[in-house]
Amino acid sequence: MTAPFKDITLTERACSTSFYESSARTRLELLLDAGSFVEFIGPEQREVSPHLKIFDLPEQFDDGIVVGHGRLDGSPVFVAAQEGRFMGGAFGEVHGAKLTGLLRAARQIASIPVLILFDTGGVRLQEANAGELAIAEIMRAVMEARSAGVKVVGLIGGRSGCYGGGGLTAGCCSALAVSEPGRIAVSGPEVIETNRGVEEFDSRDRALVWRTMGGKHRRLLGAADVFADDNVQDFREAALELLGLIGPFGLDSLKAEQERLADRLSRYGACLDAVDIWAAEGIAHAESVPELPSDQFITLAERIGRTNRDAR
Amino acid sequence: MEDLRFEHSVRTRAGGTRQSAIVGVVASGNLEVLVERVLPDAECAIEIRTAAVGFGEVWTAVIGDFVDRYSPGGLRFSINDGGARPDTVSLRLAQAVRSITENGQ
Amino acid sequence: MTSWQNNRARRDARIAAGAVLARGKVVEAGNATRLLEAVIRPGDRICLEGDNQKQADLLSRALLAVDLSRVNDLHMVQSGVVLPEHLDLFDRGIAKRLDYAYSGPQSARIARMLFGGKIELGAVHTYLELFARYFIDLTPHVALIAAVSADHDGNLYTGPNTEDTPTVVEATAFKDGIVIAQVNEIVEHVPRVDIPADRVHFVVKSDKPFFVEPLFTRDPAAITEGQILTAMLAIKGIYAPYGVQRLNHGIGFSTAAIELLLPTFGERLGLKGKIATHFALNPHPALIPAIESGWVRQIHSFGSEVGMDDYIRARSDVYFTGSDGSLRSNRAFCQTAGLYACDMFIGSTLQIDLQGNSSTVTTSRIAGFGGAPNMGADARGRRHPSEPWLKAGAESDPDGSPLMRRGRKLVVQIGETFGDKNVPLFVEKLDAIELAEKLELELAPIMIYGDDVTHIVTEEGVANLLLCRTAQEREQAIRGVAGYTDVGRRRDHGMVAHLRERGVIRRPEDIGINPLDADRSLLAARSIKDLVRWSGGLYTPPSKFRNW
Repeated sequence: MTAPFKDITLTERACSTSFYESSARTRLELLLDAGSFVEFIGPEQREVSPHLKIFDLPEQFDDGIVVGHGRLDGSPVFVAAQEGRFMGGAFGEVHGAKLTGLLRAARQIASIPVLILFDTGGVRLQEANAGELAIAEIMRAVMEARSAGVKVVGLIGGRSGCYGGGGLTAGCCSALAVSEPGRIAVSGPEVIETNRGVEEFDSRDRALVWRTMGGKHRRLLGAADVFADDNVQDFREAALELLGLIGPFGLDSLKAEQERLADRLSRYGACLDAVDIWAAEGIAHAESVPELPSDQFITLAERIGRTNRDAR
Repeated sequence: MEDLRFEHSVRTRAGGTRQSAIVGVVASGNLEVLVERVLPDAECAIEIRTAAVGFGEVWTAVIGDFVDRYSPGGLRFSINDGGARPDTVSLRLAQAVRSITENGQ
Repeated sequence: MTSWQNNRARRDARIAAGAVLARGKVVEAGNATRLLEAVIRPGDRICLEGDNQKQADLLSRALLAVDLSRVNDLHMVQSGVVLPEHLDLFDRGIAKRLDYAYSGPQSARIARMLFGGKIELGAVHTYLELFARYFIDLTPHVALIAAVSADHDGNLYTGPNTEDTPTVVEATAFKDGIVIAQVNEIVEHVPRVDIPADRVHFVVKSDKPFFVEPLFTRDPAAITEGQILTAMLAIKGIYAPYGVQRLNHGIGFSTAAIELLLPTFGERLGLKGKIATHFALNPHPALIPAIESGWVRQIHSFGSEVGMDDYIRARSDVYFTGSDGSLRSNRAFCQTAGLYACDMFIGSTLQIDLQGNSSTVTTSRIAGFGGAPNMGADARGRRHPSEPWLKAGAESDPDGSPLMRRGRKLVVQIGETFGDKNVPLFVEKLDAIELAEKLELELAPIMIYGDDVTHIVTEEGVANLLLCRTAQEREQAIRGVAGYTDVGRRRDHGMVAHLRERGVIRRPEDIGINPLDADRSLLAARSIKDLVRWSGGLYTPPSKFRNW
């Protein structure tokens, strides 16, 4: 049997591998230093959801999330990666508990950062109460870890985006990196359309979905701090960059974050479309932002300069 | 859901030293295969939980051809199936064997 | 005294009746229904332009609103029955009889209406057949067509989607019929003249652009490993050995995978310039990487594709373009090109039986034929030789005299053994036969007849039917690539092994392909965004395909 990547280095593979398309396991393999990943509660332990069989639904041996530790440029990191193709990456009881446990371990050690590779539609409907509780526990665990001095970085660029409780948790992180196909929001397009009508939000208008929730908009608004190209190597570099940037966390940074968000609301609260926000930011030809190649976009985002580096 | 189990006697032990490997994901038309080196060299077992009920005959044929072709001695395959097509099942099984027989780790 | 110009006199009377509503040739959209009532007579043959893509939607709605006492019993002769209004005409009793070629989105309803007796069916045609009959026994009395713009004289610019318009107008205008065009705008000068003004009698300005569906866009993100494997088998197992340069591709994901493998897998095999250089093909976005890599020399198109206009304009070395720079498509010419000037057709289908007959019909749907049978048929009138054509002819008749032996067009069916929702591709009996029995049709709707099919490619391998000498060999060759379908599992293993020894069946390993290498990283583009990048930003996909 021939291995297709036999004579290609890990870095070359990471450069040519789409983050959006990859599985959670491939993302971790290529994100971390070669061979450094060690999994906690791996699939061979078969810690599956206790709820899915009640609904006669198939389980996955890792319940859709891979957690463990590895090295990033030589330094230790904790990592969690959601599998966006298994039930849309949704949070269930076991799935959530694995992430909570990882964050609590990080809090205890207090010096090793956590990378969360989000890829989720939110809470799993079949285990709604357990899933909602898991989100609450995860958010608390993120804040407690950060209070203990742990940097918690979110990487967002998977198929299922980062929605629902994933969006809330991402909002709690120290910093986020996002790629163009990545999406960050709480309510998803279909949810908004169902509740508020197609006139409010046409979920099938994909250009609208992306300019409202997509990576470019989130970067321009300052919700995400780094814009990554859609390959695993770029996310690796983004994670390293963010780990170097994140400042201390405390009451002052929370107040600054509150101020940043209040300022954002007062500036753009009346805008009806993302393009209006971009135009209000003084971007010439705002309507062409979605078409900008990433290098030009990054230059633009740096110039606009919305970040939350002093906040969060 | 339907549970199926196959046991085969095989000619040779699967190569390599890795103890386990996993390929695929559970999604519509897809499946995950967890393979573990836990059996005597001349045996192999395949355990399946599938969302598509009533395809035992097709599984028998797919597994029979797979075992015949790869002789995966010593391996236990555990499959969570989201209703994958037989050709996808064959492909994932072959990928699982490739993964566990690879050197390293 | 006998008059020999009765039809001309009747046409002039119709024009005069319509002229009351027109200023010059221009009629307000609000008067479109009155115009149709003025010029159409009960029992007329009407071509309501419904192409594969472009739709005269305003005129369909106008026709649906006519006074039933003035306009009724119409005989619709149109290639595409695509809009709901096309069938509403029959529900209302405005139209009674139908001759058509393709009914994609309306295929379930058309089957119900045929069964319920709402429609008197003439026949389901291929495009070329229906076009041919426009000039013999189905000549329209009135043609209702769609164009992008008109000038005040009535010269029409169709834009890149010229499609069927010249054929329809030719048959109607030169045989004493009336041509009415809906246009998106009326301009001082049209960018180019696709239809000269003296063939157009009335122009109606529509308040919104005519509807065009992006039918030929396949998102590379949805291409599976199985489709990549079949594509690799086709390239290495068929394109390469026959040296196929002139061809037509169907619109499925397997052929999209082939298009995306040319610059990667094909390049590695050293096939650039040797295969896939000249196409009869719509402007498939998936072909952009191959074009940009210098694989493709020339493409003639049936119609255009949404979002491809600027790219085509900038690549006029490859596409056919007008004096204005935009694509000029023409369905009749391109179908003819596909039939006579291509050495291969490769496409997917829904069902294949043990003789190799294929059909896209299921028991509850009549999708029609469109153009595939014109591509996927041996051209018995062909006389010019080419290497693939002669090689295929020699394989099917090795003992014939080379000077007298006909060549063969390569007609390839490609697909995975199980399709959507795990439905098997291979069946003992086609649903088309059941449907024909139920509707008492004289012919079962067969898309490609088995005796035209030369190869079947699945993930299990390539079956070369040209090398089969008996019906039994043919059946086992088909079973031998039918995978784990019921048809595949009922194979005669001994005979299949024998066919493999003779090269009638070739497995991936016989062709030097490891199925485990069939990986999405082989695709030159893995997303629509990648296609946009390959095009240098010239391709602008419709919103439904975006994830940015």
